Amino acid sequence: MDFNDTPEEAAYRKQVREWLDKNATRKADAKGMELPRDLNELIAQSKAWQAKKADAGYACITWPKEWGGGGGTTIQNVIYGQEEANYLVPGGIFAIGLGMCIPTVMAWGSEEAKKRFVAPAVRGDEIWCQLFSEPAGGSDVAGLRTRAEKDGDEWVINGQKVWTSGAHFCDYGILLTRTDPNVPKHKGLTMFWIDMKDPAVEVRPIKQMSGGAEFNEVFFTNLRVKDSQRLGNPGDGWKVALTTLMNERLAVGGSQGNADTDDLIELARDVTVAGEPAIRHGGVRERIADWYVQAQGLKFTKFRTLTALSKGETPGPESSISKIVAAKKMQDLGSFGMDLQDMGGVIRDRKLSPADGAYTEQWIGAAGYRIAGGTDEILRNIVAERVLGLPGDVRVDKDLPFNQAPKGK
Amino acid sequence: MNFDFSDDQKMLKEQVRKFLADKCPMTVTRRVLEKEEAYAEEVWKGLVEMGLTGTAIPEEFGGLGLGALELCVIAEELGRSAAPVPFSSSIYLAAEAIKLFGTQKQKEAWLPKLASGEIVGTVAVSEGLHAAHPRNIEAKFAGGKVSGVKQPVADGAAASVAIVAVNTGGSGEQAISLAIVDLKAGGVSSEPVRTIDPSRQHVTLTLKDAPAEILGDKQGEGWSQLSRIMDGGAVLFSFEQVGGTEAALEMARDYALERYAFGRQIGSYQAIKHKLADMYVKKELAKSNAYYGAMMLNDEGSELTEAAAASRIAGSDAYVFAAQENIQTHGGIGYTWESDCQFHYRRAKLLALTIGAPIQWKEKLVSRLEAKNAA
Repeated sequence: MDFNDTPEEAAYRKQVREWLDKNATRKADAKGMELPRDLNELIAQSKAWQAKKADAGYACITWPKEWGGGGGTTIQNVIYGQEEANYLVPGGIFAIGLGMCIPTVMAWGSEEAKKRFVAPAVRGDEIWCQLFSEPAGGSDVAGLRTRAEKDGDEWVINGQKVWTSGAHFCDYGILLTRTDPNVPKHKGLTMFWIDMKDPAVEVRPIKQMSGGAEFNEVFFTNLRVKDSQRLGNPGDGWKVALTTLMNERLAVGGSQGNADTDDLIELARDVTVAGEPAIRHGGVRERIADWYVQAQGLKFTKFRTLTALSKGETPGPESSISKIVAAKKMQDLGSFGMDLQDMGGVIRDRKLSPADGAYTEQWIGAAGYRIAGGTDEILRNIVAERVLGLPGDVRVDKDLPFNQAPKGK
Repeated sequence: MNFDFSDDQKMLKEQVRKFLADKCPMTVTRRVLEKEEAYAEEVWKGLVEMGLTGTAIPEEFGGLGLGALELCVIAEELGRSAAPVPFSSSIYLAAEAIKLFGTQKQKEAWLPKLASGEIVGTVAVSEGLHAAHPRNIEAKFAGGKVSGVKQPVADGAAASVAIVAVNTGGSGEQAISLAIVDLKAGGVSSEPVRTIDPSRQHVTLTLKDAPAEILGDKQGEGWSQLSRIMDGGAVLFSFEQVGGTEAALEMARDYALERYAFGRQIGSYQAIKHKLADMYVKKELAKSNAYYGAMMLNDEGSELTEAAAASRIAGSDAYVFAAQENIQTHGGIGYTWESDCQFHYRRAKLLALTIGAPIQWKEKLVSRLEAKNAA
C-alpha cells in the first residue's frame, strides 16, 4: 500500500513535467502574474494553450490519435491533470465540449459530422456547449418543452434553454428537443447539433446571486436545422442524452472551495469567542476535526479511485459520493468561517476579509454548487438506485403522453 | 498509486469472511448475549486454529510475522459479523502493546501464548465514568505490586494478562506507566459489569497488591506508550466499524426492498433512499480514512496519529449512524428483542466508546493539527 507511481506512470509524469516546464510557468514562480480578466483575451489564451497541448498529445489524452487525441490511458490523463494544476495556464472553457458534447457527437454523429467537428474541438479552435436544462426541466431534464418540428428536410426549433454554461462564447452546441408530445416524455425527444452563431439563437446571460454570470438563457425562434444535424434517431434523444450525462460526472470537477481546515485554524487563532482565542473553544475545535476528517475522506476516496484506474480496473461506485460531501462541506465551512468573524463576516471584500475572502465566496458559490451538475437530492437518488439497488422513484408521468402529463406553470 | 490491499490480503479477508459467515452468524452473537457467556468459545477456537491470533506477532515469538494490513482485513470481517470474541482486547491492544514496548523477556513470556490463543490478554485503563487522563489515573504501582480498581475492562474475566495503566509517581504524563499484570497470580478479583453490549463481556477489575512489572524497562513512559497503542487500536477498530457499517447498511437495504407500505416498497421513498445513501456516504468516508490509517500504521508513518484519529472519528460516526438508522428503517420490528438490529446498535456504540470516545479523538486530532499548522 503506497502512493507511488508505477515505473511507467513515473516516466510519463517526468515527461509531462518537462514539457510543462518548457511551455508554461509554475504557479510557484508566477508571483504577480495572473490569467487575463477580459473574456476575449482569456479565450484567445485558452485556445492557444489548447492547440499547444494538442500538438504535443496532451489534449484529450485518452482519445485515439486519429481523432487528434493522445492515444493514452485514463491514469495518464489524471497524471497530466495533476501536473498541469501546478502551472498558471488557462483551462475550463473546453471542459463541457470535450467532456460531454464531442463524445456525444462521436457516439451518435454521422461520419461527416465527426470529421468536421472532432479535430477542431480537440485543438480548441471551436468551443461547444450543452443545451439540456430548461425552466421546466432541471433535475427532470426529460420534462423539457423546446419543440422541434419537421419541415421537409429541415427541423424548426422554438423554445428556451437555461443554465447553459459558456453559451455566450460557444461556436456550437448539442440541443435536446421534444419532437413528439404525443408519446411519454422519454420517448419523444431528439438530439441535434446546432450553430450557436445562427441569428435565430439568442443568448442572454443570467446574473447569479454571486454577482457572476457564467451561465445563460438561450432562446430559439424558428431556428432551422438540417436533418443531417440530428444525433441519433428521432425519438432516441433520451438515449443519446444519457451518453452525454454519463460523461457529466467525470467532467464536473470536485472543487472543495478555497478555505480548508488549515485556514480555519489560522482564523480561529486570530479571532475570539467570549474574549478567548476561538481556537480554544470546544465548538470550534470539534468542527475543525469534523471537516478535516471529511476532507481526508474525500482525498483518500479519490486515491482509491485512482488506484483502480492505475490497475486498469473500472473504479467502483465510491467516486459518486464526492460531490454530495464536498459541496455541503464547502457551504458549511464557508458559513462557519464567516461566523468566526462575527459581524465582520458580513463584509464581502477580498482585501479586508481573511483568506482572501474565501469564506464568503465559497458560502455564496456553494449554494449553486450544491445544485449544478446534479443536486444533492438527485445524487442521493443515484447512490440509492445505482449503488444500493433501491427502486426508482414513482413517476406518475412515466406512461402518459407528454401533452397529457401534469405540469406546473 | 497503489492505495489498496494486496491480493494475498484480500484472499485472507475472504477466508475470514467465509469462516465467520459460517460459524458466527447473528445467532451466535445472540446466544452469547442472552446466556451471558464470556465469549463464543467455538468461534475463538476457530480463529485461533486459522492462525489469526498470531497474524502480526513476529515468528520468533510464535506468530506469522505478517503486518498491520493483515490485521486490518481481519478486523473488518470481525466487525461485519459483530463477532463475540476477545480478539480486539487480546490482539489489537495487549499483544501490540507488548510487541511495541515489552522487553525481550516480556515478549518471550507473553507473545507466544497470545499468538497461540492459549491465553487471552486485555488492557485496563478506564477507572469509571470519565476519560482517562494522567491526572485521574489512581491505580498505583509500587514495589512490584499494583493496587486499584479498573472499570470497565473488556474481556477482563477471560484474560490471563492485562496491560494496566498505573500511577508510578512524578508529575504530569511522567506519572503514568503501563504495568503487565498476571491476572492468574493472585491479588486480582473481577466482577462482571452490566453493559450496553453483553455480547462482549466487561468486568470491574479490582487489584490488591497484585504482582506486576512495568512494561518495558522504564517507568514514566506509560502515557506516550498508551497513546501509540491507542493509535494502532483506533485504526484496527475503525476497520471493525467499517465492516459493521456495511453489515447494518445491507440489513437496512434488504428490509427496504422487502417491506411494503402504502402500496410500495419502502425503499422507493426518498426519505428511506436518502437515509441509506447517507449511510453509504459515511461508510465510504470511513473506509477511505481507515485505509490511510492502515497505511500509516503499517509504515509507522509520521501522520499515524492524525490518520488514526480520522479513522476513529469517521468509523464511529458511520457505524453509530448506520446502526441507529437501520433500526429506524425497520420500524417497530427493529426495536424487538427478536430482531438482529439491536446487535449493531449495541456494538456500534460499544466500539465508539472503547479506547476513547470521538470527542477525545477530535481533541487529540486538533491538537496535532494546531501544532503542525504553527510549525
